[in-house]
Amino acid sequence: MSGFPPLRRIAAGLGAVIVLGVAFAAIFAPLLVPHDPFLQDLNQRMVPPSWMEGGMPAHLFGTDQLGRDYLSRLIYGARISMLIGVMTVITSGLIGITLGVLGGFFGGRVDDVVMFAITCRLSIPLILVALSVVSLIGSSLTVVVFTLGLLLWDRFAVVARTTTMQVRTLDYVSAAWAAGCSRSYILLREVLPNIVHHLIVVATLEMALAILLEAALSFLGLGVPPPLPSWGLMISEAKDYMFFSPWVIMVPGIALFVLVLGINFLGDGLRDLLGATRDA
Amino acid sequence: MVTFLARRALLALLVTLTVLTISFALTRLSGDLAVSIAGPQATAQDVEIIRKAYGLDRPLLAQFFDWVGSAASGDLGRSYLYHEPAAKLIRERLPVTLTLGLTGLCIALLTAIPLGILAAMREGSLLDRAIMLIAVIGQAMPSFWLGLLLIIWVGLKLQLLPISGVDTWDGYILPGIVLAFSAIPALMRLTRSGMVDALASDYIRTARAKGLSRASIVLKHALRNAAMPVVAVAAVQLGFMLSGSIVIESVFSLHGVGYLGWESISKNDFPVVQAVVLFLAIVYICLTLLADLLNAVLDPRLRAA
Repeated sequence: MSGFPPLRRIAAGLGAVIVLGVAFAAIFAPLLVPHDPFLQDLNQRMVPPSWMEGGMPAHLFGTDQLGRDYLSRLIYGARISMLIGVMTVITSGLIGITLGVLGGFFGGRVDDVVMFAITCRLSIPLILVALSVVSLIGSSLTVVVFTLGLLLWDRFAVVARTTTMQVRTLDYVSAAWAAGCSRSYILLREVLPNIVHHLIVVATLEMALAILLEAALSFLGLGVPPPLPSWGLMISEAKDYMFFSPWVIMVPGIALFVLVLGINFLGDGLRDLLGATRDA
Repeated sequence: MVTFLARRALLALLVTLTVLTISFALTRLSGDLAVSIAGPQATAQDVEIIRKAYGLDRPLLAQFFDWVGSAASGDLGRSYLYHEPAAKLIRERLPVTLTLGLTGLCIALLTAIPLGILAAMREGSLLDRAIMLIAVIGQAMPSFWLGLLLIIWVGLKLQLLPISGVDTWDGYILPGIVLAFSAIPALMRLTRSGMVDALASDYIRTARAKGLSRASIVLKHALRNAAMPVVAVAAVQLGFMLSGSIVIESVFSLHGVGYLGWESISKNDFPVVQAVVLFLAIVYICLTLLADLLNAVLDPRLRAA
């Protein structure tokens, strides 16, 4: 894309800063939080953020309906979002990339089966099935990760399949065949490294999607169980109070929005960056 | 053309059968359905009674073929909660979801196509960048959160539109906007890239050389070609919107099919869960089939494939 590299570079940089910042908060949460995120203080419920009227300096983002410090919950919530994002991408990536590469590499019947699996996956109503699975097995972080991982592999498979098809016919793959390399060697050492930059971009998209879906599931009450401070759950718990104090849904909502926006910016930036290094 | 249609129809049928199996397996995930229905307070005796009453004591395969057989004849089972056929419950709730989906699609198309055209006409300009930025921001917006924000500011502070229920037609506007948000980025990008390609093509140069007006070139010649993929993708997006409306229906308390699904899940009404999953999947399968047909009709090159 020519025309406006500076702006795209700024966006990508901003995305990287956001994602690294949230990752930092997630990893060092216990050291960063000003209060215990699970500690209730019924005498200090719904304290507004410190810059608003009635706010307290001790609670920068205020407290929730049970008097728990909002900033501390937000920081612990970053753990949940990042964990869901990363683990879902790993699970769905393993499934999707395996299927896609096999379909694209072998073609024929194998490819028919892979395409069929992708079509079936796409026709399944995502949120409804995720909700039923979580409801039936019981809500926990692990269940949510694996449910989303088992559902979100389709884009990995589509992209891995198309790019493998393109790479398969290139000269260096033919050269490897001619040199007598084994099939698995060609798949792992010739094909995979040459499609990986496309897959990294997909990974960012899927990570953003997984984080949004977890928030939606938790918002509907069938995601991460309370008292874990998932941002979606925080919005859900706060929504009864939003008419009088809109900030209760603004704080976790903005956090969610900024993180997903950051991941998308980073993904766009990586697309430019990795695409450019490949062409050069 | 006929072979193409037959192949697509066969594929759709196979996918339907697979989804039928998945929706059956899904409700058996908990291990013992009778225990889940009976609830945590039930005695072993209660569980046995429920197991017998709902035919859950029969072999799994028998239950499965029963479900496939009755589903094929349009019987999607009976609700444990309402004691009514699941198909009837879905039929009653369908108008709300369908109206919501179509409202969302209209809003999405009316926003995405003009913006996509504008971006393509001024490719690389500040306007193009701004429009594409909207697409990225739209993608990052959690739909349920956007819904709550609209309820607070448009519904409550400004009192412009109703915030829940659909007693009047304008009750569909806010949820429609939220639903549209999820589809706008994809449709806008597609319109833009289609228009950029079309505007750079030979027939547009010919049209320019003939001295046609700019409006006529953009709207008549370029858009007609750029619109093809957009129409097909819009059909698929409608499918995603109908199955994704579950979150929005619960935010705006609309009693549609999505809400029915959510309610059934939280109340362990498995036959209805099974039926709603199957129903939404079949709607999606039909819409993708329609999209393929539209593509084949609009683009003769595809028919040979």
